[in-house]
Amino acid sequence: MADLSVHLPALQVVVPLVAAPLCLLAGRAGLAWIIAFAASAAATATAAALAYITIHNGTISYHMGGWPPPWGIEYVVDTANAVILLLVSAIATVVLAFSPASVAKEIRPGSQHLFYCMFVLCLTGLLGIAVTGDAFNVFVFLEISSLSSYALIAMGGQRKALTAAFQYLIMGTIGATFFLIGVGLLYIMTGTLNMADMQARIAGIQDSRTVVAAFAFITVGLALKAALFPLHLWLPNAYAFAPSAVSAFIAATATKVSLYVLLRFTFTIFGAKFAFLNLPLNWVLLVPAVIAMFAGSLSAIFQRDVKRMLAYSSVAQIGYITLAISLASSAGLSAALIHIFNHGLMKAALFCAMGCIFYRIGTTRIDDMAGLGRQMPWTMTAIVIGGLSLLGVPLTAGFISKWYLVQAALQADLWWLVILIALSSMLALVYIWRLVEAMYFKAPPPGLEGAREAPLSMLLPTLFLAGANIYFGLDTRLPVAMAENAATLLLRGQM
Amino acid sequence: MRHHRVLRIVSKLLIPFIVLFALYVQFHGDFGPGGGFQAGVIFASAFILYGLIFGLENARKVAPPAVVTRLVAAGVLIFAGTGYAGLFGGGNFLDYGALRADPVAGQHLGIMVIEFGVGTTVAATMITIFFLFAGRER
Repeated sequence: MADLSVHLPALQVVVPLVAAPLCLLAGRAGLAWIIAFAASAAATATAAALAYITIHNGTISYHMGGWPPPWGIEYVVDTANAVILLLVSAIATVVLAFSPASVAKEIRPGSQHLFYCMFVLCLTGLLGIAVTGDAFNVFVFLEISSLSSYALIAMGGQRKALTAAFQYLIMGTIGATFFLIGVGLLYIMTGTLNMADMQARIAGIQDSRTVVAAFAFITVGLALKAALFPLHLWLPNAYAFAPSAVSAFIAATATKVSLYVLLRFTFTIFGAKFAFLNLPLNWVLLVPAVIAMFAGSLSAIFQRDVKRMLAYSSVAQIGYITLAISLASSAGLSAALIHIFNHGLMKAALFCAMGCIFYRIGTTRIDDMAGLGRQMPWTMTAIVIGGLSLLGVPLTAGFISKWYLVQAALQADLWWLVILIALSSMLALVYIWRLVEAMYFKAPPPGLEGAREAPLSMLLPTLFLAGANIYFGLDTRLPVAMAENAATLLLRGQM
Repeated sequence: MRHHRVLRIVSKLLIPFIVLFALYVQFHGDFGPGGGFQAGVIFASAFILYGLIFGLENARKVAPPAVVTRLVAAGVLIFAGTGYAGLFGGGNFLDYGALRADPVAGQHLGIMVIEFGVGTTVAATMITIFFLFAGRER
């Protein structure tokens, strides 16, 4: 048998892909969970190995089916997508470790194995989007991840989960269609679907109106998928009504992967010069990003349901990431990738903690959480750490994000952006404080005095994610090194 | 449907030919137009026709939902399994050339097995969708 390490880019996707039908065949929740967990742990190991190889030996290219590019489908891994692969697979593994008790409580007994089937399918799609070097293949995986996440969201306990999933389905399909129209236009103009080949052929025809239209379609489509303001309307309901494990996984990964694709198309295929000098992409991204930072945070303040509050906070955080992208500098791209990584950690920790609370008290309304600080001290510790990280307090991962973001803004001589970033972080302080106040300084509502700490199987992964927020606030080598390397590659237009 | 004699007899006559045509499209796919997607849909249409004429209960007896659901997964596994076979044969994932000593024969075998996997999943999915929509009142 050949050396498996050569095949890592393919295995990254096909191991979870095979796990999905196996989960369906398993038929029982326990067995399906073992298969799903093993596959996502294997995917994490693969991603770690790929990250190691890309840092030390540079970009990896893999030819699907032995067909060389540009004819065949090429998988390309460089530091930019290696960091995404690592984030997605690691979050999936921790969330799966968290999920058995949560799923047993929230999903109907007959469809629990289907939940795991959909979960690994969603993981497959997200990993595939990140790993592929083929523009059409991105669309295929985008659909795999989206369709499975619609199904996952619809599995939420309340009936509103169905409308939330349907709303997401409509918006997500519009986004995917726009993306596909853009890729189709590019295919007409270049005759190729391979990203590297497309980049080479597009260079000569950048003035063509078709190419500009393709760029517009792709940007809008991906902005919809990434929930960039004002295209975020599907997101709050989807996150709020999805099962806890799904909220944690999708909030931490799905929108980030779309932002990665936006980076890939903007910088690698079209080139920074085309997007930012020929076309005003910086303003197109900057203005909605700043509005998102404020509108998202302000909406979060007025939410009564904490999952919805966190969802609106995600809208604001995506604003920070797009803000960093809009600077189109090496520092800006590093900040964007670092925040993609760190925000994944924060939101996974916070949504997992919400899962713990929902498990015990059956609701995530802020009024019902009053006084939980004494009853569920460890879960609340995770929430406080996640909240501090969201604010960007020193010694947490969020601080590193904000630090690089502010530096990138200062480097671009946009000092007023720094003020706006600081102001919007203050708004985050308001909604996090509301939560802390309710949990620690209020008496529990009648009927909920007896809540106990969540079971260890849920608590440990939650605390692990909270701990990761602190770890990556102290030891920033991994995300920063990968992000800076990736920023250089992206700006040079290399894959 | 007891009294629709024409419909019953014509569909009974047609169903074997629909299945036969599906198999033709399936296994001729590597020489001419056709392949797993089209064949799967045609194959499923035979079952859907049967379900429409003879009722959902009878269709469920012919194609038990539990089996059909498993076939959805089996098709994907056939596809992915072929990919892995290429991998273990010394080629890249999905490299059918590595399935046989002669790469051309390998390519031929590979695409046939892959298309069979596609056909299985598509047919089973179509039948499942029909069952789900037809049985919605329950």
